[in-house]
Parts: sequence; C-alpha cells; structure tokens
Amino acid sequence: MENKDFEAIFENKLAKNEMVEPKDWMPDNYRKHLLRQISQHAHSEIIGMLPEGNWISRAPSLRSKLVLLAKVQDEGGHGLYLYTAAESLGTSRDEMLDALQTGRAKYSSIFNYPTLSWADIGAVGWLVDGAAIMNQVMLQRTSYGPYARAMVRICKEESFHQRQGYEVMTHMAFGTPEQKEMAQDALNRWWFPTLMMFGPPDSESPNSENAIKWRIKRETNDQLRQRFVNQTVEQVQYLGLTIPDKNLKWNESKKGYDFSEPDWAEFKNVIKGNGPCNKERLDARNKAHNEGRWVREAAAAYGKKQMEQYAAA
Amino acid sequence: MSDSQGPLWEVFVQKKAGQPFVHCGNLHAYDKEMALQNARDLYTRRGEGMALWVVPTAAIVASSPEDQGSFFEPSNDKVFRHPTFYPMPDVIKHM
Ligand SMILES: [Fe+2]
Ligand SMILES: [Fe+2]
Repeated sequence: MENKDFEAIFENKLAKNEMVEPKDWMPDNYRKHLLRQISQHAHSEIIGMLPEGNWISRAPSLRSKLVLLAKVQDEGGHGLYLYTAAESLGTSRDEMLDALQTGRAKYSSIFNYPTLSWADIGAVGWLVDGAAIMNQVMLQRTSYGPYARAMVRICKEESFHQRQGYEVMTHMAFGTPEQKEMAQDALNRWWFPTLMMFGPPDSESPNSENAIKWRIKRETNDQLRQRFVNQTVEQVQYLGLTIPDKNLKWNESKKGYDFSEPDWAEFKNVIKGNGPCNKERLDARNKAHNEGRWVREAAAAYGKKQMEQYAAA
Repeated sequence: MSDSQGPLWEVFVQKKAGQPFVHCGNLHAYDKEMALQNARDLYTRRGEGMALWVVPTAAIVASSPEDQGSFFEPSNDKVFRHPTFYPMPDVIKHM
C-alpha cells in the first residue's frame, strides 16, 4: 500500500471516531504530538507527587495521612499508566526519565509552586486535581487507544482526589479564624496558577489546531478554562471564601462567568524553569532516581538470573 | 538507550471467579514475582479483581492491522455458522 492509502485509512478512522492503535499507521507529526503530550502528562503525575508528599509526614491526623498517602500513591500509578502508553509509540522509559531529569522535557507548570500550609493540600486536591480532571475527562475519548484507556482508569481514581481536597478546605474554612485565613491565603495563591493549567489562550496556542484536528483534544484550552471557572465559583461561595479576581462576574449573555486572564508572562517564565520550585523539584527527582539506582541494578541482576533458570528448567 | 526498568509485562485481571481474564494494561518488572506484585499494586487497589495473570509482552503473538481484511475474510462467507441462517417453521416456538 502507498502512504496515501495509509493516510486515508487513518483519516477515515478519525472520521468514524475509531481509535488509533500502536501498530496502526499514523502520521509522524501525530506520533510526535502524542509522544510529547503523553510523556509531559506522565512527568506531571510523577513530579506532582512532590508538593503533596511534602505534607505526608506532617498531616494533622492519622486519617488525613492515610488519605494523602493513598492519593499520592494513585498519582504514581497514573505516571506509570502514562509512561507505558507513551512507550507504545516507540520511546523507552529511560529516555523519557532522562529528558525529565535533565530538564529537556516539561511537566505541568503548577507543580513548581510551593505547598506552604496544610490548607495548600486542600487547595491542590480541590483545584489542581479538579482542573486536571476536567482535562482528563475529555481525554477519555482521545483518538489514541492506549492514552484513552489510561485516562478511563485515571478518571475513575481521580474522583476521590478532588473530594478529599475539598474536605480539607471545608475543615479549614469552617474552622478557627486563623484556619479560615489559611484557606483564603491558599486560594489566593493557587487560583491563577490553576487557571494556567489549561494552557495558553486559544489565540496563542500553537499546538491546539492539530490536537483538535487529530481528535487528541476535543475541546480548546479556553473552553475548558471557562467550564472550570463556571463550576468552581459555587464551591468557593459555599466555603465563604473569595476568588482573588475583581473582574469575576456572571455574564448572562454567555451563561458563564467573566474572569481575568492569568499572568501569561509568569506562566512562560515558570515553564522556562524560573518558577519558585523548579530547581527543587528536579533536584528531588534526580536524588530519588540516583539513590534508587542500586535497587534497580540489584533487581535487574536478580531478575535476569530468575529468567535464565526459568528458561533452563 | 537501554532500558533499566526491566522487561514489559501485560496484565490481565479477573474480576470474579468464573469470569474471563481481561487485559487491563502493562508494567515493567524484572521477574515474575515482581510483575505480579506490581500488577497487584498498580491495577487492583480498589477491588478491581481477585486473580491476575502477568505475561511477558515479548511472548504475545498478535495479528497485524494490515491483515484485518484478508486474515479474517473466511468468516464473512460462512453465514451458515449463524443460527439465523436456518429457517424455522412458524409453529416451532422454541429452539
Ligand atoms: Fe493523577
Ligand atoms: Fe489526582
């Protein structure tokens, strides 16, 4: 078959809402786009464990410690699902980890902000996981099969993440005046970085057009961001807290809220590596990787021996 | 670049006794035990199953997508394999 025929089969699959599978022919740029997106997504799950892991040893109760541990463990699992989905496109785990750990690969800018108080753990679960879920629900129907299937599992597991975060926020917001102040402070610091998670505005998003054309994404950055704001306002009101945006106002004509854009210059700067915690995150990731090397080497040597004995038996 | 993460394994979960094992994903592990333990930790944290299979990915033989037409062709022209091929007298209510 000619390349043209393959391309026609590929286009036809997309048109019929069928999934593209690892062994199917796909355009090089589609593969590249997916590789970049899925590996970035995987890195975000893994790096995302760090700001929350920071509070496991200091959780205020045994219950909250168990919950946070379970949540962070889920995120590690999400990273693994996504790495294998990316591997099915023809890369290796080592290549991806190397790209992450040398700073060549990106991960979500949100994880370069610090978690300063226990209320931040509430804000992260509620807002950051909330925003991630909005994106991931859409990706359950993405056109690449292994990515879509990973997303279905991830979404099932995510549903408790946002709720446990909101529970922490309710405890803080309905607690002592000091606790409420911490909750408001956390909301103030996390609001705009969370809005940045959906990516740059559609007008300046270079990869969006292809992503929509290839059905990798089904909604644009701005559409998802708008939906997130619409959904979240009520949750903030219940807590008796205030969204740090004077321009936030219901707009009857669009049946949604008007709101201020995040500071996109800050976004670019954090992506470039100049956020408050970029260095700390990469250092922690590299330290864990290097300190785990002897374990991987020992396990590999043991595994090799086992497989040889198995083959000989 | 060589992979230091061990070979890839495919994971199959059986939800309840008597049901088929269904493919649920894959993982890296260095040996059989580790593959099984990782599969448990990764894929059955919420009662998703009571039994697991792990299979080295390299051991799987798969049909290729290009085969789709010709490879499965023989099934298309054998309509007599389906019960609806056989007319039944109206008076027979159950068969
Ligand atoms: Fe996650
Ligand atoms: Fe999560």
